Amino acid sequence: MATLTHLQRLESESIAIMREAVSESERPVMLYSVGKDSAVMLHLAMKAFYPGLPPFPLLHVDTTWKFRAMYEFRDELVAKLGVDLLVHQNPDCINQEVNPFTHGSAVHTDLWKTEGLKQALEKHGFDLAFGGARRDEEKSRAKERVYSVRTSQHRWDPKQQRPELWSICNARKHRGESIRVFPLSNWTELDVWQYIYLQDIPVVPLYFAAPRPVVERDGTLIMVDDDRMPLAPGEEPELRSVRFRTLGCYPLTGAIESRAETLPGIIQEMLLTTTSERQGRVIDHDASGSMERKKQEGYF
Amino acid sequence: MTLTPELAESDIEEYLRVHEQKTLLRFITCGSVDDGKSTLIGRLLYESKLVFEDHLEALQTDSKKVGTQGGELDLALLVDGLAAEREQGITIDVAYRFFSTDRRKFIVADTPGHEQYTRNMVTGASSADVAVILVDARKGILSQTRRHSYLVSLLGITKVVLAVNKLDMVGYSEEVTRTIEAEYRQFAEGIGLEDITCIPVSALKGDNITVPSPNTPWYDGPTFIGFLETVEIEAAEQARAFRMSVQWVNRPDLDFRGYAGRITSGVVRPGDRVRVLPNNQVSAVQRVVTFDGDLDEAVAGQSVTLTLADEIDISRGDVLAAAEDAPGVADQFEAHLIWMGEKEMLPGRPYLLKVGSRTAGATVSQLKYKVNVNTLEHTAASSLELNEIGVGNITLDRPIPFDPYETHRETGGFILVDRLSNNTVGAGLLHFALRRSENVHWQTMEIDREARAALSGQRPQVVWFTGLSGAGKSTIANTVEQRLHAFGRHTYLLDGDNVRHGLSKNLGFSDADRVENIRRVAEVASLMADAGLIVLVSLISPFEAERQMARELIGSDQFCEVFVDTPLATAEERDVKGLYGKARRGELTNFTGVDSPYETPRFPDIRLDTTQVGVGEAADQVIEFLRDQGTFEL
Repeated sequence: MATLTHLQRLESESIAIMREAVSESERPVMLYSVGKDSAVMLHLAMKAFYPGLPPFPLLHVDTTWKFRAMYEFRDELVAKLGVDLLVHQNPDCINQEVNPFTHGSAVHTDLWKTEGLKQALEKHGFDLAFGGARRDEEKSRAKERVYSVRTSQHRWDPKQQRPELWSICNARKHRGESIRVFPLSNWTELDVWQYIYLQDIPVVPLYFAAPRPVVERDGTLIMVDDDRMPLAPGEEPELRSVRFRTLGCYPLTGAIESRAETLPGIIQEMLLTTTSERQGRVIDHDASGSMERKKQEGYF
Repeated sequence: MTLTPELAESDIEEYLRVHEQKTLLRFITCGSVDDGKSTLIGRLLYESKLVFEDHLEALQTDSKKVGTQGGELDLALLVDGLAAEREQGITIDVAYRFFSTDRRKFIVADTPGHEQYTRNMVTGASSADVAVILVDARKGILSQTRRHSYLVSLLGITKVVLAVNKLDMVGYSEEVTRTIEAEYRQFAEGIGLEDITCIPVSALKGDNITVPSPNTPWYDGPTFIGFLETVEIEAAEQARAFRMSVQWVNRPDLDFRGYAGRITSGVVRPGDRVRVLPNNQVSAVQRVVTFDGDLDEAVAGQSVTLTLADEIDISRGDVLAAAEDAPGVADQFEAHLIWMGEKEMLPGRPYLLKVGSRTAGATVSQLKYKVNVNTLEHTAASSLELNEIGVGNITLDRPIPFDPYETHRETGGFILVDRLSNNTVGAGLLHFALRRSENVHWQTMEIDREARAALSGQRPQVVWFTGLSGAGKSTIANTVEQRLHAFGRHTYLLDGDNVRHGLSKNLGFSDADRVENIRRVAEVASLMADAGLIVLVSLISPFEAERQMARELIGSDQFCEVFVDTPLATAEERDVKGLYGKARRGELTNFTGVDSPYETPRFPDIRLDTTQVGVGEAADQVIEFLRDQGTFEL
C-alpha cells in the first residue's frame, strides 16, 4: 500500500484547490511575483491542468524597480512554459516617477503594488486571483482562510469570511466582488524550499550566493543593481558574496552575506539561521520581515 | 523526536532525505483556555525547535511581564496572539499551526474562544484525522469535555487522545489518571468513540510529551508525540471503495479527454471498472495521468486525471466510483445539520448545498429535532439558531450521488450556502436516502405549459405582489385581474388572506410558518402557470429568500415581482383590517412591520409607489408591463 509523503499531500491539496477555484470563477488570474512561492504555485498550476496549460494568465504587478535578474528570469520562464503573462505598471506611478528614494518605501509600495493590483484586476475584470501567501509566514496569518472574499472596492470584510469545512470551497460571490485564493496556505517555508529542491523548480539566481556589488546602509546590504541608485558622496559599491532570502524592489531588499550556492546550502542556512543567525542580524531580519508585510498589504 | 539542527549542519542531504519521507497528520485540540491548550501547542512548537532564539528572548521578557508562570517560560504566549484580533471584531474560527518531527509533519487545528465554539470546532474537526481532548487532572471530566467529544464523534473522528494534563498539580497521581480514564471511556463508548488512548501529561513541565517522564513510572504507554507520530490513518482511507469527484473536465485538444479530481477514498488502477454517477454508466479506467507521468496506481489523497475506455458524457460534479461498490443517488436525505449562520435556519427556505464539486438547490423539508450538545437530549424544534445542531430531512432540486458520512467523509459531508449573502451558513452530514426519494418518480407529460397556453393565446405568467399589510396589494391585484378578464384572458388570483382559510389553514405566522406558506403558494402558482394561466399572487412575502425561491421555481422569464411600496406609517394609518392596531396593542404577534421584519425588494420588476399613484394607474402599469413582456396581445 502506497503511503503519501507530506509533500505529496500538500501538492495534491493545492492542485485540488486550484482546479476547484478555476471551475467556479469566470475570469481567474494568478498573481506572479517572480519569487520562490510564485515559482512553486506556478509549478503546481502546470501540474493541475496537465496535459493542458493553466486556463488563466499570470499577472505581474510590476514596480519597474525589481532586480534585473528577476525580469530576465520571468521572461525566459514564461517563454519556456508557454503561459500567458500580463505585466501591469501603475501609469500614475510612471507619470510621477514614483521611486523608493524620493517617495519612501511605504508610498512607493502602496502606489505601485496595492493600487497597481487594484487597477490591473479591474482593467481585466478578474473575479478570482491566486496568491502565494502561507499561514506560517507569521503568527497572525495562522487563522487565514484559503478563500478570502473581497468587496468591489477590494476591501477585506472580516465579518464575511466563510468557514471552510472538509475540502469544500464556497466560491459564490456577487457581481463586482472578487475572491483571493491561497493554494499554499498549509505550506511552510521549509516545505517550499524542499519542494523546489525535489522537483528541480527553477528559481531566480539571486537566491544563491554570488559576488555582487553592494553598499551598506544602516546595517543593511543593498545591491547596486543599476545606475538609478543614488550613491552618497564617498559611497563605493564593494563586491561581496551575498544572496537574498526574499525578493522585491532592489533598493528595498536587504542581502545577507552567504556562501550558499546550492539549494541544500540555502536550506541548511535557513534551518541554522533560525537558531543562531537571525538574532545577530536583527536589522536584516526586520528588513526582510517588513518586506513580507508590505507584500501582504499590497497583494493580500 | 525532532530534527536536530546538528543533522542539518553535518549532513544536509541526509536531513533533506529524512524530511522528504515524512507523512502528514492533521489533528484538532479540544479544551478551554484553562485546560492548558495553548501551553500544549506552545510546547509542541518549542520542542520541535520552531521557536527562534530571538522569539525566545521576547518570550522570556513577556513571560516575566504578563506570564502566568511566575516569571518562568510561559509557552502559551507563543500561540495566544489572537486576543487582540478578537477585540478588533475579526472572526477567528480556526487557527492552523505547523510543526514537524523526524517522522511527520503536523497541522494542528486550534479553535480559540468559548463563543461560537460549536461552529469553530466542527470546522476544525472536519479535516482532522485525530482529536486531542484535554482534561485538567484537577477537574476531571467536565460538561465541556462531553460536548467536545460528542462533536468529535459526530464529525467522524475515530481516534481520540485523552490527554490528562496538569499532572504535576496532582502529584503525578496514577489513581487520578485512572479514575478520569475509566469515567471517560464509559461515556465515550456511549457516543461511539472506541479508539481512545489516554496519556498523562504536563504540557507545562513537558512530562510525557516527547520522552517518557520519570515522574510517571506507572505509565508505560506512548508519549504524546510518540503516539501522533505513529498512529495509522491512511490504511483505513485506502481500504474504502474508490471515489473521486470530477472537478475539471480536461480537454486541451480533440485527442485528450480526461477527468481531473482528487481521490477521496480507495485506490484506482488502469483497467479498473468505474461507475459514473448520477448517470450510472460504467466504463474502465484507461490511464491515470499526471504531470510526472502515468501512474500504475493512485490512492486516496492524490490529485490525478483519469481517462476512460469509453466515450461517455461526464461533467464537473459527477462522481467516479468503484463499479461494484458505488454510492447511491437520491434527492431526499436524512442529515445532521450544524448551523453556522447569523440568521436562523428555517425549514422550507431555499439554500444551496455543495458536496464534493457538485452544487444543488436544497431545502430542509422537515426538522425532526435539535440536539442539546451538553446533555445530548433531543428536543423538538422549528428552526436552528447559530451553533445549534439538529437532524432533519433535506430535499434537493435534483438527484446527487452520495455516501453516508460515516463511511465517506468527502462524499457525505456538505455545506449549505445562503442564496442572498453567498455565505456558508451551515454544514451537514448525509446519513441515508429517504425511501420516498427512490419511489417518487416524475411522470412525463406530453402536453406542456406552452402547449396549454397556446390554446388560449397567452403566455403563462405569475405576477407576484409583495408589500406590507394594508399596502394595497389585493386591491391592485383585483383591478388587474378585472382588466385582464375584460380582455378575455384566463387568470387566477391567489390571495394571501384566502389561502389561509384552506391551503395553509394549519400554518401560523412564525418565520418558519411564513416560509412554508410562501412555498405552498409558489408551488400552486407554478402549477397554475403550467396550466396556462396568468396567475396573480397577493402575499406579504416579507423575505427576499422566499421571493427568490418563487422566482426560481416558476422561472425568471415567467415571473414578475411587483413591489407595492407603501410606507409603514401610511399603511398603518389606513389599517383597513384593524390589524396594526391589534399588533401595537400586543394582541397580535409576528406582525410584519411591527415585530416581524419586511425585507424590501432590491430589484423588483415593477415598483408601485402608492403615495404617488392611484389604484387604476397602478393597474395600468402592470398591464402595460405584461403587454411589453408579450404575455398577451390586444
